[in-house]
Amino acid sequence: MFYREAGQFKASYKEDQAILPISQDRVGLILILIFGFFAIPLFASDYWLTAILIPFLVFSLAALGLNLLTGYAGQLSLGTAAFMAVGAFAAYNFELRVPQMPILISFIMSGITAAAVGIAFGIPSLRIRGFYLAVATLAAQFFIPWLLVKVGWFTNYSSSGVITTQPVTIFGFIFDSPSRRYLLVLSIVVILALVAKNLVRSNLGRAWMAVRDMDVAAEVIGISIVRTKLIAFGVSSFYCGVAGALYAYAYLGSVEPDGFNLDLSFRILFMVIIGGIGSIMGSFLGAAFITLLPIFLDIFINEAAAILGLKLAAGITSVIQLLVFGGLIIFFLIVEPLGLARLWQITKEKLRLWPFPH
Amino acid sequence: MKLTTILLALTLSFFLASCGDSPDGGGPEAVDTQFFGVTGYRVGPYGPSGAPIASGYIDYLRLLNERDGGINGVPVSWEECETEYNTAKGLECYERLKTRNKNGPTAIHPMSTGITYGLIDKAPIDKIPLITLGYGRTDASDGRVFPWVFPLMTNYWSQASAIVRFIAQKEGGLSKLNGRKIVLLYHDSAYGKEPHGILEKESENLGFSLVKIPVPHPGNEQQSQWMRIKKEQPDWVILWGWGVMSGTSIKTAKKIGFPREKMVGNWWSGAEVDTLAAGPSASTGYYAASMNLSGDHFAVVKEIRKYVYETGKGDDESYIGTVLWNRGVVQAMLTAEAVRLAQTKYGATSMTGAQVRWGIENLELTQSKLDSLGFGDMVPPIKVSCENHEGPGLVRFQQWDGVKWVAASDWIVGDKQLVRTMVEESAANYAREKNLTPACLDR
Amino acid sequence: MSFFLEVLIGGLLAGIMYSLVALGFVLIYKASGVFNFAQGAMVFFAALTFVGAQEKLGLPIWAAFPFSLALMILLGVLTEKVVLRPLVNQPPISLFMVTIGLTFFVEGLAQLFWGTKVYPLELGIPDEPIVTTFENWGISLAGVPIVLQEINSFDLIAAFVAGILVAILAIFFQITRVGRALRAVADDHQAALSVGIPLKTIWAIVWSVAGFVALIAGLMWGARNGVQFALTFVALKALPVLILGGFDSVLGAIVGGLIIGALEKLAEVYIGPFFGGGIEIWFAYVAALLFLLIRPEGLFGDKQIDRV
Repeated sequence: MFYREAGQFKASYKEDQAILPISQDRVGLILILIFGFFAIPLFASDYWLTAILIPFLVFSLAALGLNLLTGYAGQLSLGTAAFMAVGAFAAYNFELRVPQMPILISFIMSGITAAAVGIAFGIPSLRIRGFYLAVATLAAQFFIPWLLVKVGWFTNYSSSGVITTQPVTIFGFIFDSPSRRYLLVLSIVVILALVAKNLVRSNLGRAWMAVRDMDVAAEVIGISIVRTKLIAFGVSSFYCGVAGALYAYAYLGSVEPDGFNLDLSFRILFMVIIGGIGSIMGSFLGAAFITLLPIFLDIFINEAAAILGLKLAAGITSVIQLLVFGGLIIFFLIVEPLGLARLWQITKEKLRLWPFPH
Repeated sequence: MKLTTILLALTLSFFLASCGDSPDGGGPEAVDTQFFGVTGYRVGPYGPSGAPIASGYIDYLRLLNERDGGINGVPVSWEECETEYNTAKGLECYERLKTRNKNGPTAIHPMSTGITYGLIDKAPIDKIPLITLGYGRTDASDGRVFPWVFPLMTNYWSQASAIVRFIAQKEGGLSKLNGRKIVLLYHDSAYGKEPHGILEKESENLGFSLVKIPVPHPGNEQQSQWMRIKKEQPDWVILWGWGVMSGTSIKTAKKIGFPREKMVGNWWSGAEVDTLAAGPSASTGYYAASMNLSGDHFAVVKEIRKYVYETGKGDDESYIGTVLWNRGVVQAMLTAEAVRLAQTKYGATSMTGAQVRWGIENLELTQSKLDSLGFGDMVPPIKVSCENHEGPGLVRFQQWDGVKWVAASDWIVGDKQLVRTMVEESAANYAREKNLTPACLDR
Repeated sequence: MSFFLEVLIGGLLAGIMYSLVALGFVLIYKASGVFNFAQGAMVFFAALTFVGAQEKLGLPIWAAFPFSLALMILLGVLTEKVVLRPLVNQPPISLFMVTIGLTFFVEGLAQLFWGTKVYPLELGIPDEPIVTTFENWGISLAGVPIVLQEINSFDLIAAFVAGILVAILAIFFQITRVGRALRAVADDHQAALSVGIPLKTIWAIVWSVAGFVALIAGLMWGARNGVQFALTFVALKALPVLILGGFDSVLGAIVGGLIIGALEKLAEVYIGPFFGGGIEIWFAYVAALLFLLIRPEGLFGDKQIDRV
């Protein structure tokens, strides 16, 4: 009843092609943004900001990048963390070596560097498909951290290989407190998400989807496979690179190459799959789910045990957490293989009628 | 679909509920307790090494409560948070433990170099001291630059230098190292690169040749590395391993017939988990460095058995007396003694992070103090100061006799002068990079 | 030259150990088109069950083997019933992700049953060089050591086990009724169904056989590394073997293993030092990748024909 588009007439093509054609969606989004930009920084505790919200946003961006590649262009990649590493270390080196480098330009350059590396590692996709490609992207996953450890220049010859990021300053304004860093990440993520949404609605996005659905057919109708696939790798890596830079600068503050391991790649792939493959919004839902679930399980299992009066042996909680995490992922994939975004869609359809049965 | 929605809603509401009441909650509120935030890792690839340390740490805290009723009458409470040896999870644990008590988590042992680096900038702001026993930032030994970080007992560079001294002892003197060949077999990561600088300097000074051979992570297959070792024909192999790599190295040494008596591991490759992984008999003769002795003959271990395990409050009896469990006990003892010292200055109540920091920085444990605590020669006497956050820098070597680790040397000190010069140089670099003026707090 | 041969033979024998793990992947992919990432976790689970049954339940070694095998079969059957059957006809990526979820689950289950400790695993197979040529270790002053051809007894037995395993699988696939049904299913699910082959039973059997292969691989790797969580990493060693040999070829797993093992060791010993070493971690992947550029379906994989 409240979510009906009845009475909202589109009088022009422009209106018809708006990102959010339904006014309720527009209002909802604006409310969420107001909440995100004003309410959260005012009221959220440091714990929520640093341990939950900032990583959630950073991972959303990385998941968004991977979703563009896997969900829209159909190329499965297991090297996401490596491209994030490229972004993090590129931003560090731009800041370190170029005097007076504005941090935002460094972030953009880190994305561009990651895009270049991504295109290089995307070349095999022109020949290889499916799981063969997925396993082949592991070459990037193992090669890039190896190179970062091996070549001292990248880490500024730090004896331990860990880099500590420079302070983030934009026009003399220092982003040091959790709420400021949160706002910085939120702004970047919102802008890039908007760009992504428009990208997938454009000519390019349609070409990606055509290649995803059947590349031979796409080629027949005149889409250049080479160009489309490589751009997909480039754009996806750009997003991952910026996410990596934010991961280092706004979230952890110091990173080491080994931190960008296969586990992180899988984690981001999970976000895409659980959230909804081929959905911008799904990337956010998936990131929220995968970021929150382990923390929730950790707290919940301990409290449940305390309430039930059980004395769990040390370490058992962690094992149970692993078990439940795996179990829930299996459960979700069985119940809704298309992810949380699909659930949201179904909910929206139900909302059109609710509370009336017909 | 309905089930999922309900599940999702339940998940979310539980989560919000459990997060909402957490700050300042957790423990019993009415009693003033000294709250210890414990970060550790018990699952995952490094779980076998992390579990005994965490157990030892908590067992000692239990002992304090059971035997003495806490520290100077202030009961001890704690909460453990699983990091899985993952930097991001470790930071989440830190943020969580920080909110659990009005005084903060006493002192944090991050138990991973990556987590330590992530916390170095946060600790001074939150006023929480970090204690990094045998890992973390080596140059934090200079307390003027890193007032909040304490790599107590000894650091990686002291250890590497001490390993060289130990090998010299076995060869019959420092001069005998001239012309010898030593292979450094290391985990190909930031951790494994840590000893490169100091070993290169030592090889210049002492005239041995150093061959560095990396083992890619995780190191579960080392055929080619040992082929190279075979070709190089070294006199000694220094093993700088981690996790599955250490055991596999020992096993592969046996496989190609390299004598284990010519292998010296560092302290992260020298625990029961490593020799057991290789097979107890395959490891016989292998040496490893340690900052603490193993064994259950120490008075404090007997008391833990009596007060904690016999009353059924302990974790896992099989850990008792192992290298890593004893290390956990030592970690807890050092932290608790720092609290006790701080109480002499600030009064016998629960201590804040800043007060504990003062306690660590002025900590002095003489041999008689160690004896009265029941530690005997498990650790050497230790004296911390603002300039020297490391303490004695002593390393002891143990040998695997097929069943257990036995002491194989006295406490050995490396080239202290060289280590200190490198520490100060590196710390000064950091201070310059960060625009810090090295200075002592509380002076 | 003799050193080269030694590295080569060492590499080939190491490759056999990779093949043992790769076989499990191939079996499941061949029969159901699922890229089962949980194979590494299954190796861990199997090995841990084998030692855990001895340590915690006090079973003798001869009883531990059938016990572990039974548990692996149970795991396989349950996986098929609970996890895969509801996901029939879903896109391969969902199936792939579900096996990663399964990885976490199996890892958690193994540690819940048997704890998180490291156990030594002694199979009673001597793990020593057969020809000892290193009496002059450390005291070789002449400079040129006499290096004889040297082979490790354990490696030989591992190769032998792999050989037997492949032979059993080959016989199973070629001669038995179930084996023929398996091949039919691998060829075309629907056609197999329509001629009355019970798909569900076949899949349950395949998962059980993969569990058996995981147990063998777990024992061989566990004897080398100790039985611990890190056994799950052996999956990463098997992946380049898979893409080189083809996901759906048993022969490819063996030949791919040999090639990857040899190439990797030769590269690490001869090329590695120029790059500061440690290139093994990516070399196998890059080598397999370059090979794929020439033959996108792997060495023995089925050729894909595209139709619009």
